[in-house]
Amino acid sequence: MYSYVFRRVFSALPTLFVVITISFFLMRVAPGGPFNLERPLEAKVMENLMRIYNLDKPLWEQYAIYLYNLFQGDLGPSYFFRDFSVAELIAQGLPISVQLGGLALLLALTIGCGLGVIGAIKQNQPADFGVIALATIGITIPNFVVAPVLTLFLAVHFDILPAGGWGDGALANKVLPVLTLALPQVAVIARLTRGSMIEALHSHHIRTARAYGLPGRVVVVRHALRSALLPVVSYMGPAAAALLTGSVVVETIFGIPGIGRYFVQGALNRDYTLVMGTVIVIAVFVVLFNLIVDLLYSLLDPRVRYD
Amino acid sequence: MSGPLLQVSNLVVDFDTQDGVVNAVRGIDLCVAKGETVGVVGESGSGKSQIMLAIMGLLDRNGRASGAVRFDGQEILGLPNRRLNTIRGNRSAMIFQEPMTSLDPCYTIGDQVAEPIRFHRGASAAQARARVLDLLAQVGIPDPEEKIESYPHELSGGQRQRVMIAMALANEPDLLIADEPTTALDVTIQAQILELLAELQARYGMAIVFITHDLAVVRHISDRVYVMEAGVVVEEGATKTIFANPTHDYTKMLLAAEPSGVKHPPEPDAQTVIEAAHVDVIFSSRTGLLGFSKTRNVHAVKDISLRLRQGQTLGVVGESGSGKSTLGRALLQLLPSAGEVRYEGRALHGLPERDLRPLRREMQIVFQDPFGSLSPRMTVGEIVTEGLLVHEPRLSRSDRERRADEALLEVALDPSMKRRYPHEFSGGQRQRIAIARAIVLKPRFILLDEPTSALDRSVQVQIVDLLRDLQQTHGLSYLFISHDLSVVRAMADEVMVMKDGALIEQGPTEAIFQAPKTDYTKALIAAAFDLKTAA
Repeated sequence: MYSYVFRRVFSALPTLFVVITISFFLMRVAPGGPFNLERPLEAKVMENLMRIYNLDKPLWEQYAIYLYNLFQGDLGPSYFFRDFSVAELIAQGLPISVQLGGLALLLALTIGCGLGVIGAIKQNQPADFGVIALATIGITIPNFVVAPVLTLFLAVHFDILPAGGWGDGALANKVLPVLTLALPQVAVIARLTRGSMIEALHSHHIRTARAYGLPGRVVVVRHALRSALLPVVSYMGPAAAALLTGSVVVETIFGIPGIGRYFVQGALNRDYTLVMGTVIVIAVFVVLFNLIVDLLYSLLDPRVRYD
Repeated sequence: MSGPLLQVSNLVVDFDTQDGVVNAVRGIDLCVAKGETVGVVGESGSGKSQIMLAIMGLLDRNGRASGAVRFDGQEILGLPNRRLNTIRGNRSAMIFQEPMTSLDPCYTIGDQVAEPIRFHRGASAAQARARVLDLLAQVGIPDPEEKIESYPHELSGGQRQRVMIAMALANEPDLLIADEPTTALDVTIQAQILELLAELQARYGMAIVFITHDLAVVRHISDRVYVMEAGVVVEEGATKTIFANPTHDYTKMLLAAEPSGVKHPPEPDAQTVIEAAHVDVIFSSRTGLLGFSKTRNVHAVKDISLRLRQGQTLGVVGESGSGKSTLGRALLQLLPSAGEVRYEGRALHGLPERDLRPLRREMQIVFQDPFGSLSPRMTVGEIVTEGLLVHEPRLSRSDRERRADEALLEVALDPSMKRRYPHEFSGGQRQRIAIARAIVLKPRFILLDEPTSALDRSVQVQIVDLLRDLQQTHGLSYLFISHDLSVVRAMADEVMVMKDGALIEQGPTEAIFQAPKTDYTKALIAAAFDLKTAA
């Protein structure tokens, strides 16, 4: 098991390398640069800036310098937020995004699985139709609609929650963004759980459990839900990585200083190093959560073994 | 009081389906006394399993049961689950056909056998564990201390069924319902399981309801028999009476439904179609990643040589895992293998797929599972003509249709069924479609891989007759793979017995069956045929 984890982490390095390489060159293919502003800089200033940031060197040399620095743990300076290094920006923003994403994830898993199980047990009954309707709504309404509507009611109309801002991480400030992040995930998880639960409840070993007079709760939770969770778990890998690395829309609407915004802002500003930094963070999260998913798989289903 | 243990009166089971209400069970009466063994026999679809599921409140959601079911004097039909659960797994227990899927793959067998003990008896974990160890030993699981931590997939089919039996015995039930418990097992294992059940019944004195399509099994173990056809009990009585003197036509038909007759031997000077020398198949599985790999080899077929002449049938028998299907696939070059295979004198080994393709037309396969081996998204006409599109591309559309009609007629299907899809047909009809798909190409050799194993006995008889007729008409050569010795006896000129990939014994069919030389063959034959003569 440990050797498996070690091998997986080890084999993730080439993947990261490929991601970094492709993003590096793709960024440079985009026209313009970090210092092409609306009002052009003086030629001399531009020249100095380009030299300081090594942007006057051939592309492959810039690439080599970036890799060399990266190897030393240096993500470089931000070209746009000039008082900060990329590492500092990520260190400030990532914990906030992870907090919001983590809470949304927990909420989505609890409510989503719960609704899915209810839907499956009450298949084709009113409760089930309710779950399906809710899931469809959650998937179809985009978060940039959900967020303003929630704000309008809970913050403006009833005035029980702040409309935006981080408020140094006060609980009240987290409620609306977490709800907005969680809603579509609740919907997807409820649908997935319902589908695989229905299948699991029809399996032969569930018939055995019922034939042996086990209480309904044991049959559903111990025997059916465990195998029904497998598709949910495999969905949660990439979904968790996406949630924890922040959402542009939610962070922008609620004015939250997470790292989700950096990715889009960085790309628009041609802030090469900031984009590379967020790409690396996202890639590491994706790799990490896929590994966690595979380990959870073998934990849930003993037929899956990695030796 | 000494009333019957189980008294079923006028039980009706209906299912609501998209095509309307299906009456699976149409008013049956059945009674089981304490300690007796009752057989319920019928072909697939006769409703025999649904009776037991209805009694135990295990019908699918769209099923409804009505009538009366008294268990030890108490009415149990339609009881809420909470009340039923005081009986299920406690005073009654069930074992099922599919020992693999009937156990939860996610928990150790120890946990699963312990569950009914803990829930019904309130036993502590330690007490339950001690009881489980005792039960596993009673049902003949070797090293219970070690096996108690195993997961179902780590056990063989026979062991899994023993685990199910241990679970059934956990609370010493008064009634054990066994639904085709030996159907998925090899004959030798079947004999062991039946023996175990009889022994445990003698020890615990429980009543057993044994549901099966296999008359030999029923005759072997039951005191009384109910014969079911299309949801109705057509005949019932003491086993001896029914088998000696069946009164209903359906019972007579079932009893007569043993593959019989023998195959006409091929011409003495018939030419050799397929010849194989020293065929070896090794499966290697690589584990690990990035060069940290270990290779594990499984020697599936060991040094097998054979010769098959025109019009001849060579039977290959053996238990599951003996390598018989692998051998068949290796002969057709569907698997990499070592050794030499010649088709009409031409060496097949090393031929590129392009050169093999014209020969594939002459070498066809019919598989065991008539459900899985036909594409559910193609019509019967498309399935039968698909091979012609590849092998005779210049055939006009009308000629193709004509050839398909001929093939369907040969397998006794109505060509007007061509526009329908496989799911609309019964298992036997589907197997006929699969045979039509093979013979439409006018092959010379057909690999028959357990073609009758998934079918009811009475349908098996028809398929065996059909295959023999087709062979006679077209001079076909068959390699007939089966674990079912009575079918092989009716089909084959010669028999090869395989075990663990190696050839154990080979010879003319009757010689093998009359005078088997090796202990293994003797055991196989005893397990298959002694059931029938023992009763």
